[in-house]
Amino acid sequence: MKMLAIDTSTYTLGVSLLNGEEIIGEHITDLNKNHSLRAMPAIEALMKECEVKPADLKKIVVAKGPGSYTGVRIGVTIAKTLAWSLNIPLAGVSSLAVLAASARYYPSYISPIIDARRGRVYTGLYRFEEGKLNLVKEDRNVLLTDWCEELKELNEDVLFAGKDIHLHENLIREVIGRRALLGGANIFYPRPSELGRLGLTEPAVDLHSFVPNYIRLAEAEAKWLEQQEAEKRNG
Amino acid sequence: MEKDIYVLGLETSCDETAAAIIKNGREIIANVVSSQIESHKRFGGVVPEIASRHHVEQITVVLEETLKQAGMTFNDLHAIAVTKGPGLVGSLLIGVNAAKALAFAHQLPLIGVHHIAGHIYANRLVEELTFPLLSLVVSGGHTELILMKEHGDFQVIGETRDDAAGEAYDKVARTLGLPYPGGPHIDRMAVEGEATIDLPRAWLEEGSYDFSFSGLKSAVINTLHNAEQRGEYIKPEDLAASFQGSVIEVLTAKTVKAAKEFEVKQVLLAGGVAANKGLRKALEKQFAELKNVDLLIPPLSLCTDNAAMIAAAGTVLYEQGKFENLAMNGYPGLDIEQN
Ligand SMILES: [Zn+2]
Repeated sequence: MKMLAIDTSTYTLGVSLLNGEEIIGEHITDLNKNHSLRAMPAIEALMKECEVKPADLKKIVVAKGPGSYTGVRIGVTIAKTLAWSLNIPLAGVSSLAVLAASARYYPSYISPIIDARRGRVYTGLYRFEEGKLNLVKEDRNVLLTDWCEELKELNEDVLFAGKDIHLHENLIREVIGRRALLGGANIFYPRPSELGRLGLTEPAVDLHSFVPNYIRLAEAEAKWLEQQEAEKRNG
Repeated sequence: MEKDIYVLGLETSCDETAAAIIKNGREIIANVVSSQIESHKRFGGVVPEIASRHHVEQITVVLEETLKQAGMTFNDLHAIAVTKGPGLVGSLLIGVNAAKALAFAHQLPLIGVHHIAGHIYANRLVEELTFPLLSLVVSGGHTELILMKEHGDFQVIGETRDDAAGEAYDKVARTLGLPYPGGPHIDRMAVEGEATIDLPRAWLEEGSYDFSFSGLKSAVINTLHNAEQRGEYIKPEDLAASFQGSVIEVLTAKTVKAAKEFEVKQVLLAGGVAANKGLRKALEKQFAELKNVDLLIPPLSLCTDNAAMIAAAGTVLYEQGKFENLAMNGYPGLDIEQN
C-alpha cells in the first residue's frame, strides 16, 4: 500500500513515500524558504525518483499542526486536494507527535518543542510504550515556564526534542535541572517517514471538513471574543 | 471542427473561495463561489488570517460542487488555471497549492492567471472580445484603465495614485456609519439623495489617465466634520450622491477620452465596483452617444470575484501554451504588464 506523507508545519520540509511499514523514499530540507514554492516540486521529484505515480497512491498523511499557520495550511491544502481528487483516504497527525517520534527509542517522557515566540511554545507530552507512541498530555500553546513547572512535578526524566530547544536551554535547565535531557537539531527533527508510520494506523478523516490544528484562534477573532466578553460584563 | 477546450479555474485571492469550468474560454459549464463575507463583517473588513483559514475549509467542497454541476471528471479537463496574484498572500497560496496538487495528480497543464486579467475576461463570457479594447477596472484594490491590442496583451494607461475607488467607497461608508462592505450601501443611498454638496474632482495634469481619490475622501470626511461642528445636518443620502457623482464623473470622462484617443472597438467594465448601478448607468449614457464603440458590462455575478473569469483568462494562456511548473508561487504584488 503506497502512501505519501507531507509535513510543512515548520521550516523543515518533509515528504516521504511508504509502502506499508517500509520506507521507499524520504526528502527533507531545512531552509528558511517558502513551502508554497518548494512543497509540490519536492513531492514531484521524490515520486518520480521512486517511480510512484499519483494514481498508485492509496493514502495521504499530513502533519496537521501546530506550527506555522501558513506552513501548515500549505501542507494540509495539498494533502486534502490530492486525497480528494485521487479519491483516497486522508489522515492527519500532530506535528508534535512527528517530532516526538524522532525519539522512538527513548524510554521516558518526550516533550517536543516548536517555538511560538514571546516565551511560548507549542508542545505536548508523549511516551513510547511497546513501540507505540502515546499521548500523555494534549498538544498546547503554553508559556514555557509554566510547562516546565508542570513537568517538574512528574519527577521523571523528560527529553525535550526539536531544533527550537536551543532557544530555551537555560530556562529548561533552570527549572527542571538534571531531569531534563535536551535533544538538539541534529538528532531530533521531524522525519516525514515517522509521519508516514504514525499515519499508517491513523483513521481517515472527513476530508472536506478537515482543517489544520492551529491550537490558537486567529488574533482578530481572539480580540473580538474578548471584546464581546467585556461588553457582556459591562452590561 | 476543432476540439472543445475545458479549463478548470480556481480563485482564492481575497475572501471568496471559487472554482469553475469553462468551455472554449467563453461558455460557463459550472461556476461555484463560496463567500466569506458574513465571517468578516464583524471585523469591519477582511481579516487575512481568517480568510486563509476559510479557504482551507472550503477548497475541496467548492471543487467537488463544481465537478458535480458540470457532470465531469478530471479526464474531461484540459488544464487547471488559478489566480497567482495579486491579492492576500495567505489566501492566494491556498488556491495555488490546490491547483498545483490537481495538476500533478492528473498530469494536467498548470496556468497562472493575473486576477485583473480574470476580471477583464469575465466580459468574454458575455460577448467575444474585439481589439483594440479598453477596460475600466474598478474594485476594492484597483482603479485602472487597461488597453488591450490582442489577447493576453495588457497595457496600463492609467491607474490610481493613492486609494482605489473601492477603498474610497469603503472609507466614506465607514464615516457615514454604514456596515461593511460599504460600496453597495452608498450606491443605494445615492439614488435617494441629490448631489447638492460641492466635492472636488481630481482630473490631475492635462492628458493623464491616472486617478486619485484620497482628496475626495478627505473632502467628504471634512464636510461631515465641519457640519457637525456648526451643528448643521447633512442628509447622508445627499452626501452619498455627491461623493458617487464625483467618482463616476471622473471615471467616465477619462474612459471616454481614452476610448476616443486609442480608437478602441470595445470598452469593458471590470471588477467588483462594476456592480455599481450609478457607474453602469453613467457609462451606458456616455457610450450610447459613441456609435462605433461597444460597451460591455458583465452581469453582477461575474463582476465580483469568481473563478469563471480565471478559467476564461486561463483558456487564452492555454491556447498560447503559457504554462507554469510546480514551483509556481502566489504573488501578492503581481504586475499585469510583466505577467
Ligand atoms: Zn477582484
